[in-house]
Amino acid sequence: MKQDKSERIFDIRDIRVTFDTPDGAVEAVRGVDMHVNAGETVAVVGESGSGKSQIMMAAMGLLANNGAVSGSVTYRGQELIGLPRGKLNKIRGARITMIFQEPMTSLDPLYTIERQICEPIRVHGGLSPSAARRKALELLKLVHIPDPERRLKSYPHELSGGQRQRVMIAMALANDPDLLIADEPTTALDVTIQAEILGLLAELQKKLGMAILFITHDLGIVEAFADRVYVMQKGLVVETGGTADIFERPSEDYTKMLLAAEPEGHKPPVGADRPILLDADGVSVTFHMKGGFFSGQGFEVKAVQNVGLRLRAGQTIGIVGESGSGKSTLGRALLQLLPSEGRVVYQGTPIQGFDRAAMRPYRRNLQMVFQDPYGSLSPRMTVGEIITEGLLVHEPSLSGREREKRAIKALEEVGLDPGTRNRFPHEFSGGQRQRIAIARAVILKPTVIVLDEPTSALDRSVQKQIIALLRDIQEAYDLSFVFISHDLAVVKALSDYAIVMKSGRVVEEGPTGEVFDNPQSDYTKDLMEAAFNLKRVLNRQAVARA
Amino acid sequence: MLGYAVRRLLGAIPTLFLVITFSFFLMRVAPGGPFDRERTLEAKVLENLNRVFHLDRPIWEQYFYYLGNLARGDLGPSFIYRDFSVQQLLGNGLPVSIQLGGTALLIALLIGSLLGTIAALRQNSWVDYSVIATATFGITVPNFVVAPLLSLIFGVWLSLLPAGGWNSPGSMVLPVVTLALPQIAIIARLIRGSTIEALRSDHVRTARAYGLPTRMVVVVHALRAACLPVISYLGPAAAALLTGSVVVETIFGLPGIGRYFVQGALNRDYTLVMGTVIIIAVFVVVFNLIVDLLYAALDPRVRYD
Repeated sequence: MKQDKSERIFDIRDIRVTFDTPDGAVEAVRGVDMHVNAGETVAVVGESGSGKSQIMMAAMGLLANNGAVSGSVTYRGQELIGLPRGKLNKIRGARITMIFQEPMTSLDPLYTIERQICEPIRVHGGLSPSAARRKALELLKLVHIPDPERRLKSYPHELSGGQRQRVMIAMALANDPDLLIADEPTTALDVTIQAEILGLLAELQKKLGMAILFITHDLGIVEAFADRVYVMQKGLVVETGGTADIFERPSEDYTKMLLAAEPEGHKPPVGADRPILLDADGVSVTFHMKGGFFSGQGFEVKAVQNVGLRLRAGQTIGIVGESGSGKSTLGRALLQLLPSEGRVVYQGTPIQGFDRAAMRPYRRNLQMVFQDPYGSLSPRMTVGEIITEGLLVHEPSLSGREREKRAIKALEEVGLDPGTRNRFPHEFSGGQRQRIAIARAVILKPTVIVLDEPTSALDRSVQKQIIALLRDIQEAYDLSFVFISHDLAVVKALSDYAIVMKSGRVVEEGPTGEVFDNPQSDYTKDLMEAAFNLKRVLNRQAVARA
Repeated sequence: MLGYAVRRLLGAIPTLFLVITFSFFLMRVAPGGPFDRERTLEAKVLENLNRVFHLDRPIWEQYFYYLGNLARGDLGPSFIYRDFSVQQLLGNGLPVSIQLGGTALLIALLIGSLLGTIAALRQNSWVDYSVIATATFGITVPNFVVAPLLSLIFGVWLSLLPAGGWNSPGSMVLPVVTLALPQIAIIARLIRGSTIEALRSDHVRTARAYGLPTRMVVVVHALRAACLPVISYLGPAAAALLTGSVVVETIFGLPGIGRYFVQGALNRDYTLVMGTVIIIAVFVVVFNLIVDLLYAALDPRVRYD
């Protein structure tokens, strides 16, 4: 059915979305035209703040209370903007369905999977409870959830992120929709799970024939998945066309910039003659989950098991792995930020097991930068105060004027205007905040910085700038990095030695070039393919199905 | 779940023991005694009284004597209300306090949740603002102002309801209203806040995106989540309400147990104060347990085993 690919089913004309904020009206979408034909896959790509999600929210009547929309959105000729809610509710959830980015929060934590899948089935299809239940079970089978009978009775928190997204897809397919709007559905997932979910979507589209409108910031997904692309920037569509055309012959500067924003370059290995700064052996971290006072036995989680590394001056060791692999825990254990076993030696001094006081003299040499540029800077301190705070501890004799000088220098080094040092963190963008976090570490003139997913919350183009910055300061100060990331492209560009972790253990390690270009273990092979060659993974999945 | 409840109740025994011990000795630190009056008693009489009530023994002996009696379920005689045991006083007063407090709590829950939900659904409209303004007023005006005012208006001027006393069903109305008003205000504010948050949550967006009717979105997906913070407030609030209010009981002349606590403390009626402390402590423990069990019933992520 619905296979006439020339039929326009979803047509967006001159849509504008404005938000009324305390700082005045903000135009998030500034006049966009877009359409989707029956059965095709269209991608809307853009960086955060480009307005790509807000178009869909506006079309589906899901804008926040302070949002206003003008323009026209039609579904098979019917205008959706301004449609009374009762009529809109006949379309959304039935003819047009959505899946969202956050698989953790998009399902109601208080109800079973069965109840949540059955609700739209019953509301739109008028099925009896038992018929709805049968349908829900069928859908869970369709999205390949293992043990579907049991999963119907599960609550969302009992499922993994990938499984929750499968449940969302099941909900989306329940009423045999014409159009599925997928808003960054795989962004919160690990790359291998992402490949599975995308493969599932491709399979279901082939089987059921619905059109897919895919919103993403990830060009790898667009290339592997979409027929046509809209490129958005600051509330406008800047370029549109067939996926192959856009990737081969981008005409707009912004598109070219996006395409070029994939991290590139590589780091030559450091010589074996460079001194070893950080030497770790047999590092293990076990979390003891305590039982309650009366509830008896607790249990243990072995987060890191027997991991070793040797970090030389000027070296960057990349630690990659999916969520739960123990890579962040390892980083913290190296810096003695949590209790661990094993042996960690910093420049000849065994620091393993040092408490806070004993570690203090070493802290300035062993710095850390965290993932979340929003959460890791105190919102009540100025940027100047934040970056000089460490100096108060480690160089208490410095005069205020001298600290100020250092702050100015550190801000200049990370490419920020020193004139902004009396502002507060919320006045800065994500990329700028990450620069502030780096300045806070660099000002102490450390020798080793552990970077825990420092670029993961940033857009690709901003990521690229941070990578360049890290390269520059590494060179300028002969710094050594332990670079923790799930983002293989970034690790490939920045590190000269790579360690792949899974379930707390090292699966593979070696010089970056070897690990990335010639992986030995099956796990690393899967990981690399899912990250760098999504298209091939999807094709193979398609062949396996046929 | 049952095992958890039993374990929690067993765990409450050391808590109660600590409360009893602490209150017992703290009270004895306060200067004066139960038989100190403006006109001092004759030395011989005082000595006799002290002997009868074991006050002539060393304090640790009195403590173990009290614990021994308590273990047999005996709260001892009141030192001031000579013909009554503490059991009798509390046994007569507690039903009155529970009746008043329980009714007030139910009314507060119903009206408070309703107002809070309406305000949340009409956020930033005049309905919302008037609910918030009224609620703020209800929280800030103290009950020793509300109680005499209600008594004066409805009891004395309009003669619609008894101005005080405890002899007809109508006697309950004004005290219950006085007790309920601040609770209505607090609950309305809590429900409003948590409902607004729930309405903004991702899973409510999902429910809307799937075309569920608004009533279903609000009742099924937003309100259940919004109840959770209110329930944790209700534990201590219920314990406080059910054990009586000294202000309301005094102003309306009600025979509840709230006034015993203050009167007993002022009179150094040691046994009566201890009895009241134990009742309040038991209520707090029990209601906190009920809250935790309710929480687990409403939120599948909470598990006790």
